[in-house]
Amino acid sequence: MSQETPAIRVSALHKNFKQTQALDGVSLEVEQGAFFGLLGPNGAGKTTLISILAGLTRASSGTASIMGHDVVRDYRQARRALGVVPQELVYDPFFNVRETLRIQSGFFGLKHNDDWIDEIMHHLDLTPHTDKNTQSLSGGMKRRLLVAQALVHKPPVIVLDEPTAGVDVDLRRSLWAFISRLNREGHTILLTTHYLEEAEALCGRIAMLKAGRVVALDETKNLLKLTNEHCAQFRLDAKSIPAKWQNRVVQGVDGTWGFNFSEYADLESLLADLRGAAVRVLEMRLQEPDLEDVFTDIMKRT
Amino acid sequence: MSGLSALFYKELLRFWKVVVQTVVAPVVTALLYLLIFSHVLESHVEVYPGVSYTSFLVPGLVMMSMLQNAFSNSSSSLIQSKMMGSIVFVLLPPLSYLEFFLAYLGASVLRGLVVGAGVLAVTLWFAPLSMPHLGWLLAYALLACGIMGALGILAGVWAEKFDQLAAFQNFLILPLTFLSGVFYSIHSLPAFWQSVSHANPVFYLIDGFRYAFVGQSDTDPWLGLLVSGACFVAISAITLLLLRSGYKLRH
Repeated sequence: MSQETPAIRVSALHKNFKQTQALDGVSLEVEQGAFFGLLGPNGAGKTTLISILAGLTRASSGTASIMGHDVVRDYRQARRALGVVPQELVYDPFFNVRETLRIQSGFFGLKHNDDWIDEIMHHLDLTPHTDKNTQSLSGGMKRRLLVAQALVHKPPVIVLDEPTAGVDVDLRRSLWAFISRLNREGHTILLTTHYLEEAEALCGRIAMLKAGRVVALDETKNLLKLTNEHCAQFRLDAKSIPAKWQNRVVQGVDGTWGFNFSEYADLESLLADLRGAAVRVLEMRLQEPDLEDVFTDIMKRT
Repeated sequence: MSGLSALFYKELLRFWKVVVQTVVAPVVTALLYLLIFSHVLESHVEVYPGVSYTSFLVPGLVMMSMLQNAFSNSSSSLIQSKMMGSIVFVLLPPLSYLEFFLAYLGASVLRGLVVGAGVLAVTLWFAPLSMPHLGWLLAYALLACGIMGALGILAGVWAEKFDQLAAFQNFLILPLTFLSGVFYSIHSLPAFWQSVSHANPVFYLIDGFRYAFVGQSDTDPWLGLLVSGACFVAISAITLLLLRSGYKLRH
């Protein structure tokens, strides 16, 4: 099925707002069924890219399509195939939870959608709040309602723009459980987040944006191989260390010593020299390279 | 249910949920105008021979209420959802700009008509109205609500802050409706202001609507229908062009 239509295809996308260039030639494809992460610092163009996919923003040049439907030319099919959970915690204060979901279904031309609405509410723990006005919901519940609204029309492609910003641990867990389930059932997921450990755990493939350009695009496991910066942290029973290592081993404000290395042989020779200088290691912790290191690295290099 | 009818239903539900503010309040306001002005002027003013001042005033008040509320419905709904950010719920689904326009317009027209019927129902007790021309009445009521509903969409899309919309409402809509012959006949005005009034489309709406009730008017109701119809087409066309371009909604 390598010839399958990609869930999302973006090619040579440019977007200029008055003074700034939000997107500077972004091209990427997300295949059907993928769990795709879009990472980048604030202002990198993530939300602009999502807005173009959703039809909320119009590209200055370039094209974008959802399940093969151009987001401008075939906007009806494209929007029917897409569910967007916006970044801002927005709600319509005139309606209760069920009304909100019924109306949202109606916008997609779905009249008798209550079975599916009940199911989404159940999975998102919204059922006890069915008749509550959206205004009286807590922040977490409003977030869940936004997810529910994005799903009323069973879109094959779901975009989540920083869904866990300012969300408590419980909701984050249940949200990811639900989203992962949707992914297993075949939905394509596009996620932006600032929590890199989430992206590392969930996303099979990741694109990194910086200043409107794609600076990295690969499978998560390949990206993780890009860096071999390990980090060791020590507590030592000495005030100083052998002069030879003073450039590489740095003492933090809390008194621990940090050592970044790429080959374990380096660590071995450090330990040998410490023993030689009669410095005792009281505690040692090793940190494997993670996506955050790769991310920081790529952002610095590009 | 198509997207259009869902959006129309949502807009109806929205104003119906705050019916005290959107329907009852304007009816009470119109009643107060009627009580005050008819008390002060009933015995002093006779605009058309054989028509009491109160009978003259009632159609004007009904029309003024319809105009203001039709405008208010679409404009305040749009500015609120823009400020709240909930406008995305309408922008994300596969709704065309035409469906968007028709749904907001339809709800505004209905709100205008409901308020108009309410004002008529409470003011009828004070003045015997023969209502000889039901066709004219409906035509003018629909056109008036249509013009203001479309103008409300235009203003709601254009305004970026409540402040800007309030300016639109207070410096354009309110003077237009007050100075268009609700409380007086333009024949009582100096010649200069009479000719100014003839350039004001709202004047024709009030004049024609009043004709439907009392059978007398300042101008020919057919002329008024032509002017109002042209006005509705023009405002709708501008609004639709802006909506199609994504003006201030899809940046």
